[in-house]
Amino acid sequence: MASATTQERLDQTGNQEQENQAAQAAARKRARYGPFFWVPLIWLGTIVFCAAFADILPLQPNDEMDFTAISSPPWEAEGHIMGTDLQGRDVLSRIIYGARVSLTVGIVATVIGMTFGLMIGLLAGYYRGWVETAITLGLDTLLALPALVILLLASVIFGGSLTVVSVSLGFLLIPAFARVSRANTLNFAQREFVVAAKAMGARDVRIIVLEILPNVVLPVAAYALVVVAFAIVVEGALSFLGLSVPSPMPSWGGMIAEGRESLGETPHISFIPATVMFLTVLSFNLVGDALRSKLADLRESAL
Amino acid sequence: MRYLASRLGHLLAVLFSVTILTFVLVNVLPGDIAYDIAGLDASEKEVQAIREDLGLNRPVFIRYVEWLGGVLTGDWGQSYRTGEPVLEAIMSRFPVSLELVIIAQVIALLLAVPLGVISALRANSRFDRVVAVAGFFCLSIPNFMMAIILIYVFGLWLNWLPVTGYEPISEGLWANLRNFILPASSFALAEWTVLARVLRSDMIGVLQEDYISMARAKGMPVRRILWVHAMRPSSFSLITLLGLQVGALIGGSIIIESIFALPGVGRLLVGSVFARDFLIIQGCITLIAVAYVVINFAVDVCYALLDPRVRTARSHG
Repeated sequence: MASATTQERLDQTGNQEQENQAAQAAARKRARYGPFFWVPLIWLGTIVFCAAFADILPLQPNDEMDFTAISSPPWEAEGHIMGTDLQGRDVLSRIIYGARVSLTVGIVATVIGMTFGLMIGLLAGYYRGWVETAITLGLDTLLALPALVILLLASVIFGGSLTVVSVSLGFLLIPAFARVSRANTLNFAQREFVVAAKAMGARDVRIIVLEILPNVVLPVAAYALVVVAFAIVVEGALSFLGLSVPSPMPSWGGMIAEGRESLGETPHISFIPATVMFLTVLSFNLVGDALRSKLADLRESAL
Repeated sequence: MRYLASRLGHLLAVLFSVTILTFVLVNVLPGDIAYDIAGLDASEKEVQAIREDLGLNRPVFIRYVEWLGGVLTGDWGQSYRTGEPVLEAIMSRFPVSLELVIIAQVIALLLAVPLGVISALRANSRFDRVVAVAGFFCLSIPNFMMAIILIYVFGLWLNWLPVTGYEPISEGLWANLRNFILPASSFALAEWTVLARVLRSDMIGVLQEDYISMARAKGMPVRRILWVHAMRPSSFSLITLLGLQVGALIGGSIIIESIFALPGVGRLLVGSVFARDFLIIQGCITLIAVAYVVINFAVDVCYALLDPRVRTARSHG
């Protein structure tokens, strides 16, 4: 019985493939503007808004210990909607202030990685030859290093702070962006308009900045949101190990780690920040993916 | 052959520059290790003697060359903390990490292969879409978060599996394995989706090949077509990816081994970073980089062996 239906499926697979591709494209179009795009976008908007205006929102202080409500679950103690942690600090407030850390690191690191990655990729793709060889060697070296270890080292060497974590994480993100940027540069460096510019005597800098860069920026930037999600995860891992921002300052990874001590009795201390972090990472992935496939469609239709 | 030789040269150069970069990084660690060893009430003279003894007051470059010479002849130096030889310290922890990575890959494959094959067979069905969405969710859960969830559900709530600790295999196979199930699953529950996606898209391509139609036309059972004729050509990218994922797992093992108190290389590395035991750090990173290089080269060799087009195209271009 089961194998009969399987046989049918197998028969249909080949014939249907073309229809499927059209159906898939349509499905992608629907999904892009559907709830899988808007809901995460609204969530991200909320997080960004709360993080930006944390100081003027009616929140409990994030570092004050309420000794009348230690580790109290959500809704139980007055004034603590999401409960309190092991030291009686307000979880909601710490989550919102923690969002500042995650978002700052995620965005700053991505911007650093993208800026340098773009430049390096442009150089490698345009000049080829020994420049390309040297750059590829450098990028592969960065890729061969275990990222988390380098971040641990950096925060032991320079002390854990927003700047140190953002900059060193940004540094480690360079290879990913540089590869995309190099591949796209290779593609454009041989197109007619570049050849024309060369023939008219344009200098290399002019060609790279005015002719190639505008074409390479978009496909590279399309990865940015997905990379932000990745950066937030790495920062989370680092603060989980206690090596991101210093202790009293709230961070999502740090909060998850603190709650581990009493996971059996008061799981909310770990699971509320974990849920918030999961939703944020998922949202960045969903929105990033939707934007990326939209950009890909745009470029296909432009060619 | 020329292609492989140039790849090997490139990868060895990568390995070389990794060791230089780490050596420089590790040597700018703040705080004088000699003070740590001498203790609080040591005189300046004693500290000076220790520094002399460890060769700390010579230039970084000279020490690097000496270290490199040592590495090539099997002497990786000694831990400042325990005096244990570095190579021995790493090798005694290595089997634990290796077991963790292998079990993680096995669990990931057990999930990915059936789900990927069925998704390909029923492309765009409801099943396919549910798997894709589930995969997207799983990928957004960082492994340390997955670890916390697993500890809560299977360790504390259901009380099925131990949440920390390690038993050597001499205590019995199950005693040893049960400690690895949760940590390995923390990786596998995210990793399967990458593997399943690759398998699905390769499989969809293969199922359209003429020889599949041929096999179908002669009335071969579907199960045999799938597992014998379609699986082999579809699994090539899967195997490549499986190899490359090992790199990601080695990186992730740092945090997972710390959470589950597994005495592997990752935990050794974290402890050594905090204690500034830099020959151990240097040794671990070198080993990880060697693993990365070996895996990459193996992948290149596979490509060249299995697909002659790669050999010719790249050596000309």
